[in-house]
Amino acid sequence: MLNLTLKVWRQKGPKDAGQMVTYPAPGISPDMSFLEMLDVVNERMMEKDEEPIAFDHDCREGICGSCGTVVNGIAHGPRSATTACQLHMRSFKDGDTITVEPWRAKPFPVLKDLIVDRSAYDRIIAAGGFVSVNTGGCPDGNSLPIPKENAELSMDAAACIGCGACAAACPNASAMLFVSAKVSQLALLPQGQPERRDRVLKMVAQMDAEGFGGCTNIGECESACPKEIKLENIARLNRDFLVATVTKRPVTASQGGGA
Amino acid sequence: MSSIPIITSASSVKPLEATVAKKVLVAITGIVLFGFVLIHMVGNIQLYQGPEKLNHYAELLQSMKPVLWTFRIVLLAAVGVHALFAILLWLRNRSARPVAYESQRFVSATLTSRTMIWSGPLIGLFVVYHILHFTTGTFPPPHFNSHNVYNNVVYAFQVPGVSIAYIIAMVALGFHLYHGGVSLFQTLGLRTPHDEKPLKLVLWVITTIIVVVNISFPLAVLTGLVGLK
Repeated sequence: MLNLTLKVWRQKGPKDAGQMVTYPAPGISPDMSFLEMLDVVNERMMEKDEEPIAFDHDCREGICGSCGTVVNGIAHGPRSATTACQLHMRSFKDGDTITVEPWRAKPFPVLKDLIVDRSAYDRIIAAGGFVSVNTGGCPDGNSLPIPKENAELSMDAAACIGCGACAAACPNASAMLFVSAKVSQLALLPQGQPERRDRVLKMVAQMDAEGFGGCTNIGECESACPKEIKLENIARLNRDFLVATVTKRPVTASQGGGA
Repeated sequence: MSSIPIITSASSVKPLEATVAKKVLVAITGIVLFGFVLIHMVGNIQLYQGPEKLNHYAELLQSMKPVLWTFRIVLLAAVGVHALFAILLWLRNRSARPVAYESQRFVSATLTSRTMIWSGPLIGLFVVYHILHFTTGTFPPPHFNSHNVYNNVVYAFQVPGVSIAYIIAMVALGFHLYHGGVSLFQTLGLRTPHDEKPLKLVLWVITTIIVVVNISFPLAVLTGLVGLK
C-alpha cells in the first residue's frame, strides 16, 4: 500500500480563481489506475461531505481521449505512451507527493478542478478535418490502390485521440501535433486529396484563431503523446501549408461537408 | 461555450498571417544568416596565413562597394525579418499559456531548444558590438587602423575581457545555429524520420566547427600563437 500526498488544483468554476490544495491519500493500492486512485480519494471526501475532485474520464482503457491531467509536471504522468487512466500507481513510490493540475493553455479554459473545455480541438476538426463524401453505393474496398506505407502512416496519425496532451505539454501551448495528425491522416489517403489544400489552410487558421502558440520544434508534444504521434506529421503539415499557400489553387467544393 | 467562429471557407484564410507562415519567414532568413556565418568564418581563417593575406582579403571586400553594400542590405533585412517574426511568435507563445503550471517537467526539451529567444538577442547585441568594434571603429581596439585588420584583431583579442565576450557570444551562436538549423528543416517541411539522425549529426558537426574555429581566433591571440608581425 502506498501512502501518498496529493497536491491538486481546485477551482469551483470557470470564473473562479483556483488554487492548489493538499490532500493526504493513504492506503493506495499500487494496482489502481491513477483515476481509480482519484475515485478512492473522492469517495473518502464525499463521506466527509466535501466536494469531490472533478476530472474528465470515459473509457478508462486509453482510447477515448477524455482523461488527462498534468501529473508531477508531465502531461498524463511519468509513463510514456500512456494516458492518465492507464497510468498505474505502481509508477509511484510510498511517501511521494504528487501534483495534479489541469491542462494549461489559453484555448483550454478550466471549467472545474481538473476539467478543461477542449472544444477548441473540435472546432479545428470542424474547420477542415473531414472528407466530404456524397452518399451512394459502397465502393469496392480494393478499387482504390493505396501504398501500404501511406496506409500505415495514415493509421499512425489517426491514432490521435485528441486528448490535448500535446498542447498541454508544449512550452508554447501549441496544438501543432494534434492539427498535424488530423491533417496527415487524410493527406496520406486518396480520399483526402480533393480538399487537401483547403483543409490545411483552414485548420491552421482555426488553430491560430483559437489562440494556441506556435511550434518551436522542441518535441515535448511527441514525448507526452499517449498515442506516440510523431513530429514527422508537423513537417508534413508545414509542407502542405507551404504548397497550399504557394500554389493558390482555387477553393474546392468543401463547403457543407462533414462536422 | 466559446464565441470563436469556425472557419468554413479557405478563401477567407490569409495564409501569410498564419503562425506557420511566420515560422517559414524566420526559417528562410535563418538560412541566409547561417550561410553568412559560415562564409565569415571561412574568410577569417586567413588570420592564420598572416597579415598580408588577411589584409588583402579585407581590401578586396572593401574594393567591391556595390557588392559589399548589397550583401549588407540583404543581411540587415534578413536580421530584421528574422528578429521581428521570432519576437512576434514568442509573444504569442507566451500569451498562449496565461496560467503557468505549478510544476512542469520537460522530457525532451534541450538547453538549445529552450534558449533560442535568449541566444538570439545575445547574438544580436554581439553583432552590434562587433560592428562598432571592428567595422566602424566606434569602440575601437587599441591602435585601431581600418587598413590593418590583422593588427586590429591581435590588439583587440589581447584584451582578455574582449576575448571572453567573443567566446561567450560564439557559444550562444553555436546553440542558436544547432537548434535553428534542425528546426528550419522541420518548418520548411523537409524533414522525414529517415533523415533525422544524419541531419542532427551534420548540423552538430557544422556548428561545432563554426564555434571551435571562431573561438580559436581569440584563443590564438591570447596564447601568443598569433601575434603582431
